[in-house]
Amino acid sequence: MKDSQGYVTADGRQIGGVLMEMKNITLKFGGVTAISDISFDVREGEIRAIIGPNGAGKSSMLNVISGFYTPTVGEVWYKGAKRPPMKPYEVARMGVARTFQNIALFEGMSVLDNVMTGRLTHMNASIPAQALWWGPARAEEMENREKVEKVIDFLEIQAIRKTPVGRLPYGLKKRVELARALAAEPSILLLDEPMAGMNVEEKEDMSRFILDVNDEFGTTICLIEHDMGVVMDLSDRVVVMDYGKKIGDGTPDEVRGNQDVIDAYLGVPH
Amino acid sequence: MLYRTAGQYKTSYEADQALFPVRQDAVLLGIILLFVWVIFPLTASEFTFQTLLIPILIYSLAALGLNILTGYAGQLSLGTAAFMGVGAYACYKMITIMPWMNPIVAILLSGFFSAGVGVMFGIPSLRIKGFYLAIATLAAQFFLVWLFEKWAWLYNYNASGAIQVPNLDIFGLYVSGPQADSIVQYYVVLFIVSLLTWLCINLTRGTLGRTWKATRDMDIAAELIGINLMRSKLTAFAISSYVVGVAGALFVFMWRGAAEPNLFDIPLSFRILFIAIIGGLGSIMGNYLGAILIVGLPVVLNLLPETLGIPISSSMVEHLNIMIVGSLIVFFLIVEPHGLAQLWRLLREKLILWPFPY
Repeated sequence: MKDSQGYVTADGRQIGGVLMEMKNITLKFGGVTAISDISFDVREGEIRAIIGPNGAGKSSMLNVISGFYTPTVGEVWYKGAKRPPMKPYEVARMGVARTFQNIALFEGMSVLDNVMTGRLTHMNASIPAQALWWGPARAEEMENREKVEKVIDFLEIQAIRKTPVGRLPYGLKKRVELARALAAEPSILLLDEPMAGMNVEEKEDMSRFILDVNDEFGTTICLIEHDMGVVMDLSDRVVVMDYGKKIGDGTPDEVRGNQDVIDAYLGVPH
Repeated sequence: MLYRTAGQYKTSYEADQALFPVRQDAVLLGIILLFVWVIFPLTASEFTFQTLLIPILIYSLAALGLNILTGYAGQLSLGTAAFMGVGAYACYKMITIMPWMNPIVAILLSGFFSAGVGVMFGIPSLRIKGFYLAIATLAAQFFLVWLFEKWAWLYNYNASGAIQVPNLDIFGLYVSGPQADSIVQYYVVLFIVSLLTWLCINLTRGTLGRTWKATRDMDIAAELIGINLMRSKLTAFAISSYVVGVAGALFVFMWRGAAEPNLFDIPLSFRILFIAIIGGLGSIMGNYLGAILIVGLPVVLNLLPETLGIPISSSMVEHLNIMIVGSLIVFFLIVEPHGLAQLWRLLREKLILWPFPY
């Protein structure tokens, strides 16, 4: 089923080559080893899930991918090249966008402005032009506004466009955060627990959006989630972590049958 | 009723992002501009120019500069007065070295010196934030005032240690110094303040403004979505210090006429910080409202008993004044912690619906 050029999923989607590869990543904080020697890859167009019990190192892994942590040992390969150590904003400019476990929106700004910040990596008018609201700055503003409006339409948040984010309920905030990440037109989208704290209906909406994003824009998605039903339904391949180690990797069905994974979730003494 | 927005459709994103998406706002601003550009200058007395109109404008501009740094970019600063001083001394030196220089150009250029100094003292902001950064900017405050006092070159080695503004003219019309007319000075100040306000409005509603606000609201998330925090913070320091520096040059050249180093000490910094906080952090209009309350109101209150014919001693008036202004500040902060600008914003929202409940 798999080969170096990609594979075809059960529902018939063509998955491309390797987009991002983690090679022997180890991350230590002083004496604590958060991640030890983990390797896995993410393929183009794929929905890749990372699961595991609390404290397994999933979020740390996402932070390594987005450049917030630099791994102690190991390499991150992105688009066929080894990624040198870089600042998080530089990683973001290379096409990696993410959402956060605890919503990290800019509370003092409207929904529209929040989503517009997602476009900042694509906007580079000079400061004098911006100050005069003239020529290139004005054109850039309108052009990006149009792109942002498409994302707003796509995620069905038109009605709250001008509302300050602080006034929104939790579920909508999560959606606005997804909109902000999508506005960046990322090559890979990292979602840290996109469904945490949601009710069934909101989870269904969010799942639909994730699938639509993958389907319509072809965005590669790497997500962390605790709701097993959601993970097994959405993802093409799953990495399972426990105590900083990788204990399983494969399609949802393969992972479900893996004895180590079952043990980790049911709590067999280590 | 007056503020009804129904029926004002936008057909392009450009119209939606215009400065005044609601027509009534534009009309309101037009009326205000008519007053400040035509009616006030025609009717104001010398006293009104010197105690109300000119100082309110200059204080508003200084608060606007601080607001960009503190209100928009979230970097608390207690060194505003010192940066004003840099602008004033830079302008003074430029004028004495190059007396042929157009004073308005000199004032606008002097801001660049304070911008440079501001960036230098802004470097600590890359590692520390909040109150700790405030302490670092306090160091700028002490150091610069000390420098103004000790570096005799800055005040041309004169015996008093103060700078004295010379008579300067543009095409024969005196704009500063003892011979200048108040009305001319008023127009110079008004022109510069209007220009800088317009530029700042554009900056804060565009890309740079969003970068600053993102840095203010959540810096870690800002960095992870692709914002270079160093650039964001240092541009905020540079632009804020530029505006503050120009305000400082206006403060001395267009209003005070002379300045000693201790004029730029902490009380002035705090006064401007109060204007920005009471007016509303993260708002442009708030600076004007704050300056009217803190700079203008005491002057008006001082005059009130005399004009109404109430016999109270002038020291009594002074004490009452402090009490009234102080309690008003507390009152406004309790009613709306986000400042007068927020109060206006809420009122406007209500007006749009009025007289219907929703």
